[in-house]
Amino acid sequence: MNNPFMPHEAEVIARHEETADLFSIQLRLTDPVIQSQYRFAPGQFNMLYLPGMGEVPVSIVSDPDDIHIIDHTIRKVGSVTNNLGRLQVGDRLGLRGPYGRGWPVVEAEGTDLVIVTGGLGCAPSVSLIDYVLRCQARYGHVHIIQGVKHSNDFIWHARYDLWRQYPNVEVWLTADAGDALWPWHIGPVTQFFDQLDIDPQRTSVMMCGPEGMMKAVVQDMRQRAVPDKRIWFSMERNVQCAVGSCGRCQLGAKFVCKDGPVFNYDELAPYWGHKGA
Amino acid sequence: MNRQRFLPRERFQSLIDQLKAAGYDVVGPQVRDHAIVFDALTKVEQLPIGITDEQAPGRYRLEKSESRRCFDWATGAQAIKPMTFVARETLWQSERLPGGGISFHDTLTETRPVAIIGVRACDLAALSIHDHHFMRGAHPDPQYSQRRQSLFLIAVHCMRSAATCFCTATGDGPQARSGYDLVLSELDTGFILEAHTGRGLDIVLQMETEAVTAEQTEQADAGILRAARQQHRTLPAGPLQEKLVSAVEHPHWQTLNDRCLSCGNCTAVCPTCFCQTHVDEISLDGQQASHVRQWESCFNPDHSHIHGIVIRSERSHRYRQWLTHKFGTWEEQFGRSGCVGCGRCITWCPVGIDVTGELAVLCKRNEP
Ligand SMILES: Cc1cc2nc3c(=O)[nH]c(=O)nc-3n(C[C@H](O)[C@H](O)[C@H](O)COP(=O)(O)OP(=O)(O)OC[C@H]3O[C@@H](n4cnc5c(N)ncnc54)[C@H](O)[C@@H]3O)c2cc1C
Ligand code: SF4
Ligand code: SF4
Repeated sequence: MNNPFMPHEAEVIARHEETADLFSIQLRLTDPVIQSQYRFAPGQFNMLYLPGMGEVPVSIVSDPDDIHIIDHTIRKVGSVTNNLGRLQVGDRLGLRGPYGRGWPVVEAEGTDLVIVTGGLGCAPSVSLIDYVLRCQARYGHVHIIQGVKHSNDFIWHARYDLWRQYPNVEVWLTADAGDALWPWHIGPVTQFFDQLDIDPQRTSVMMCGPEGMMKAVVQDMRQRAVPDKRIWFSMERNVQCAVGSCGRCQLGAKFVCKDGPVFNYDELAPYWGHKGA
Repeated sequence: MNRQRFLPRERFQSLIDQLKAAGYDVVGPQVRDHAIVFDALTKVEQLPIGITDEQAPGRYRLEKSESRRCFDWATGAQAIKPMTFVARETLWQSERLPGGGISFHDTLTETRPVAIIGVRACDLAALSIHDHHFMRGAHPDPQYSQRRQSLFLIAVHCMRSAATCFCTATGDGPQARSGYDLVLSELDTGFILEAHTGRGLDIVLQMETEAVTAEQTEQADAGILRAARQQHRTLPAGPLQEKLVSAVEHPHWQTLNDRCLSCGNCTAVCPTCFCQTHVDEISLDGQQASHVRQWESCFNPDHSHIHGIVIRSERSHRYRQWLTHKFGTWEEQFGRSGCVGCGRCITWCPVGIDVTGELAVLCKRNEP
């Protein structure tokens, strides 16, 4: 019987320092057969393993059509992520995945998209945006809204400049606080919604970031009559096994690792907004 | 042949012997440190003969009973859960190779076939839930599956309930209905044996048994009925998911913040709890690591930790998670309640919190 908990060996192909506590690494499974069979969808995640340290769940940010590499952007917050940040090109680690249900890229076809991300380097949204822009004909208008705490936290300027150049794509940037040189907005992400010209019957909302921000967006979008089934978010809970066994990621009746991490509001409504749920 | 045969008490040892002869390691209940536990069994005399248990919220005592029966007690602290979902086990190992690479190894070793004597109806119901959880998903668990497949189960119908038992309310007992190879009905003079699988029948056929009399059957039925009638705890009318989820802000949870110690005893004794922590343990030379899984409790704040935050930071959140999951959201996940009515969480709670009492309060407001 196949051991669902056991990683495969992967190699660091490239690494990039984004900010002092955020880095990106490019990985490849060392067994060429396994790498060539590896397929993922935007919004899915991998478990990354360091010997003696443990495993952590991280979203996959690369292009789902590129079958040669797997990209991750990771924030150093604790023991495993800090040590992942020390890896150099050529170093080995463990990887298993992909896991979970990603973004509803098929269900959302034919609708306008409002993609809201909060916090720096919100990884789950990057592969979504890249995917959507590559298959743009399938979607209507695309609004990309990014909120950060402080203007200094904003990364990936080049990426946003590139996205801005697509027809039918609008990029909205805001910071809770900014310095004098911040050319964009100050305030919450919801401030833009009046200007988006939302047609609730043909709009899909997808978001990731702090739960507080997501709650504000959900509330606002529901007031605008966007259907609950078309408001989507990526959730984060403690994940040990990633295959629905360890019980740690439960959110009501859902297992974030296999039923999510992407859910629509309708699925989580009974649990949404209750402290400690 | 009639599937039921009678085994006189003097010949009970022949069941153990026959199982051994068929290649099984035999495990059965026995008294250790004032409690009944399952352990290796070679002689009938090791069984808790003439012992009964007195259970109440926060209380468990073994006492002498008037009979010579071996199964005249209700439940020990642990069911058979530790034999399939092991409290601590290695899932795989990694090794650093000289060139900088890492190799990964399975740690699965052969398990010997094990026959367990004395499995209760509630324990069988819990096992069936764990079978669903560990074996029927998209990623079957190799460790669990291997242990599970090596089991030969000899159930025993309960003829006596503890005061904490409520399996009649969950519909799981006191009669063992499915999921075993053999089942015993214990009478004063001996045992009615009933085979439910071909291999169970093979064991019975090897033994010197007698025809079952109508009177013996009546005694067995009466015993099961007696056990059922001894139970007085009840549950609110189900399904409970909707009732509990909508009671999420019920003020009663706050009282649990004050009463519950968050010790996790209830989750440790519950035969259906399955939460886990996976940790990596490195060898002294740093070259090898074992990826170990151990039981975890939703009462441990770390259970819901994500960097910088504990989602269920209050004891009331954790109690709510335990009760809402076990009796409510379990229904959506498994198609039934996560409770099999064994009463262990009531007995082993150091402050005597009784899930049936809490549910009565929490579901009352929502009762039609
Ligand atoms: C589906 C999913 C996708 C994620 N994607 C990304 C991403 O793309 N980039 C990124 O930087 N971070 C991501 N995270 C968060 C990341 O998993 C945590 O930052 C990481 O687990 C912290 O581990 P640590 O050992 O460094 O921290 P510590 O605080 O030392 O954590 C100790 C242990 O707690 C557990 N843990 C802590 N935080 C989390 C968490 N948020 N989720 C699950 N387990 C946790 C892990 O087992 C971890 O090893 C994601 C989380 C989830 C659930
Ligand atoms: S919740 Fe309590 S009574 Fe129900 S199965 Fe678990 S330990 Fe037994
Ligand atoms: S309910 Fe009782 S056994 Fe369970 S954690 Fe609270 S105090 Fe411990």
